[in-house]
Amino acid sequence: MAGNYACAEGAIAAGCRFYAGYPITPSSEIAEHMSRRLPQVGGHYVQMEDEIGSIAAILGASNAGMKVMTATSGPGFSLMMENIGLGVITETPCVVVDVQRGGPSTGLPTLVGQADMMQVRWGSHGDYEVIAFAPNSVQEMFDLTVKAFNMAEKFRTPVFVMADQIIAHMTDRLVIPPPEDIEVVQRKKAMKQGPSFLPFDFSQDFPPMAIAGEGHHVNVDSLTHDERGYPSAKHDVSERMLEHLIGKIRNNLETIVQVEHYLTDDAKVVVIAYGSTSRSALHAVKEARRAGMKVGLLRLITPWPFPVREVERIGAKAKAVVVPEINYGQIEHPVREHVDCRVIGIHHAAGSLVPPDKIYAALEKL
Amino acid sequence: MIRREIRLQGLGGQGIITAGHLIGEAVSLHDRKEAVMTEDYSPYITGGWSRADIVISDEKIDYPLVSRPDILVAMSQDGFDDNWEATAPDSTVIVEAGLVNTNAVKDRKIFAVPALSIAEELGKKVVANIVVLGFLTATSRVASREAMEAAIVTRYPKAAELNRQAFDRGYALSPKEAP
Amino acid sequence: MTEVELVHGVEISVKHPRDELLRADRLPHIWCPGCGLGIVTKCLVEAIRRSDVPLDRHVVVSGIGCTSRLPGYLNLDTYHTTHGRAIPFATGLKIANPDLEVTVVAGDGDLFNIGGNHLIHAIRRNVDLNVFCVNNFNYGMTGGQFGATTPIGARTATTPYGNFEAPFNLPYIVAAAGAPFVARWTTLHVRQLLRVMRRAFQIQGLAFVEIISPCPPTFGELNNFEDGYAMMEYFRNYSRVDDHAELSTIGLSMKPPDPVVVGNFVDTRKPTYHELERELIERARN
Repeated sequence: MAGNYACAEGAIAAGCRFYAGYPITPSSEIAEHMSRRLPQVGGHYVQMEDEIGSIAAILGASNAGMKVMTATSGPGFSLMMENIGLGVITETPCVVVDVQRGGPSTGLPTLVGQADMMQVRWGSHGDYEVIAFAPNSVQEMFDLTVKAFNMAEKFRTPVFVMADQIIAHMTDRLVIPPPEDIEVVQRKKAMKQGPSFLPFDFSQDFPPMAIAGEGHHVNVDSLTHDERGYPSAKHDVSERMLEHLIGKIRNNLETIVQVEHYLTDDAKVVVIAYGSTSRSALHAVKEARRAGMKVGLLRLITPWPFPVREVERIGAKAKAVVVPEINYGQIEHPVREHVDCRVIGIHHAAGSLVPPDKIYAALEKL
Repeated sequence: MIRREIRLQGLGGQGIITAGHLIGEAVSLHDRKEAVMTEDYSPYITGGWSRADIVISDEKIDYPLVSRPDILVAMSQDGFDDNWEATAPDSTVIVEAGLVNTNAVKDRKIFAVPALSIAEELGKKVVANIVVLGFLTATSRVASREAMEAAIVTRYPKAAELNRQAFDRGYALSPKEAP
Repeated sequence: MTEVELVHGVEISVKHPRDELLRADRLPHIWCPGCGLGIVTKCLVEAIRRSDVPLDRHVVVSGIGCTSRLPGYLNLDTYHTTHGRAIPFATGLKIANPDLEVTVVAGDGDLFNIGGNHLIHAIRRNVDLNVFCVNNFNYGMTGGQFGATTPIGARTATTPYGNFEAPFNLPYIVAAAGAPFVARWTTLHVRQLLRVMRRAFQIQGLAFVEIISPCPPTFGELNNFEDGYAMMEYFRNYSRVDDHAELSTIGLSMKPPDPVVVGNFVDTRKPTYHELERELIERARN
């Protein structure tokens, strides 16, 4: 099964019953598969007029109590940015899949890129934190999509699956476990409560969510708001709200951050990679080990929040780290922020996977 | 680790992508080894080029793309011209006899298979890819015969008999099957 | 009635019939003296109170702008979203839960400038929304710049020499896009507004109501309406009720003696998105 189908099946297994999207290469198979599968399970597939409408529609549907998703690629992802901020400030769970292609602009629609990694972190205006997964296999397109839903529902925030064209279009064996073996987090919904009910209780990381039509009479606001959901221009309210929005992620890094180590224990040089590039990196590292080099691989399964502790640990032991990516140094940037050793970025233009030789050559020189 | 890279390239409509899927399914679902496939095609549905790349291995596959095909199947002249230089001298190169001229290349082991004319004899041109799969299975052992047959039958239960004939004809052509 | 216990942190008397529908602790509102939005609020509250749909199922969605502040004063499930995106947000809410009675209240800028594409597509899909568009002929909240409804020749903060861009004729566009219900009234027509809002709740499909409203400090002042009252007087003297008006002819110049043609122009029935989707799901499941 191809990666995009695995992603769609993962969404359905996670309980997604509402998809709104706009077709765009190389993500369209997700929409196509959802349009066939969702009605079979009583769900809704809505093809919107553009990506702005798509993200707005999933936020609306999420507020009606559904698990929701959209999928897109670079240009559509850019269009979604403003309303990703709406999802953040209104604490609305949703999953956004970005199948990265070459950019900027229309770029290389059918070819791979990894250059939306900073946009996903900082693309919407204002201060916020994000959770983003970077799958590197067809199986992870399924598994991490399920996980993205679980995180979105628990943290009440948009969660991203930062896939790429290679993984999305690659065919591989996919094992879909029986439903009882898939961990699925259900949203904590607010029970009907009295006048003391605070729909945006900033004192809790994860306050239960008030769903439309369930009698809460909640005001959900894109303006800076207080615990009642009422808009406020007071500085202390702004501070409380932002501390909450940012804190609910920063206070829970150990339950979010996920990395994979390959022979990093004794490694003098560590490659730090994510997504499809991590497969080139693994190939190069294995070859270098065979040639006797003490090298390892740290794979960032969650590029965001950035795995600070794990990267710092690597940086304290290794004499150099190598960061290959299909962009001009986006994740290299936070790596540099958190290590004192030498950092070599392998910058690869959009359009093809970083060849293992290119990474091997860099390892050989160190 | 035995990693093998297979590239199939031909024209849209020849069933190149399908053949790639069948190899992948035989290896992955029936032989229970590892296989990943990537595909590429020109924007035209019929008549343009079409390519399926499969990597197979006994263990988990890291780099998923084909860089030096151990097996090249070229069902069109372009498919041969574009790719033969990427193969190694000991790679297996299979070409469609009716469409590909390989005279210019001397230092490769090339098998010319008349898959299209066999398919026409069988009454359906679309089974040329199955003829090739038969030949490929016998010649290269990328997948077991049982696995490949199971993959084909699972995908096309209604055309089982025709596909079996096509597969057998291709299989029998292989020099490795010669008595 | 249980609604009283849902009012956030404030004791509210249940005796006043409309208080339970307002977030009294958020008043006074932000609108300018002479603005029509108070009248629109009163009509909407009254229409909701008298509707057959229980309060808990009423949801009001807005975008950004003066009008879009309205839902925040209503003690219902209310969603103040981003500029221009009230319609797709409401589309998601309604498709996800068709039992909700979803109303969008937004301004002309929100619905026809930045969000114009969403509106015509919601109409094309016939999503069962009530869309109440308060048209004040300019962007009020940002200081009175011209927009898609500003009449030719009108002065605004960004048309100091007069506007030369042709304005949209809202009922004409919306009817052309296929809305099953289209009406236009002014904030002078309080009884008609109340009636048309109640009718909109009953409509199966997208019901569109343009509500012409004064914006005294910006559009009004620069275009010969010295205050809200002056514009209401224009509505009184020059409104012409014509349910059968030829819609292509009812564009607005906002200059006496040109009329403001009002009425319930279109009232038809066609299948809604939700009805058609339900059929599709039935087919897919069998």
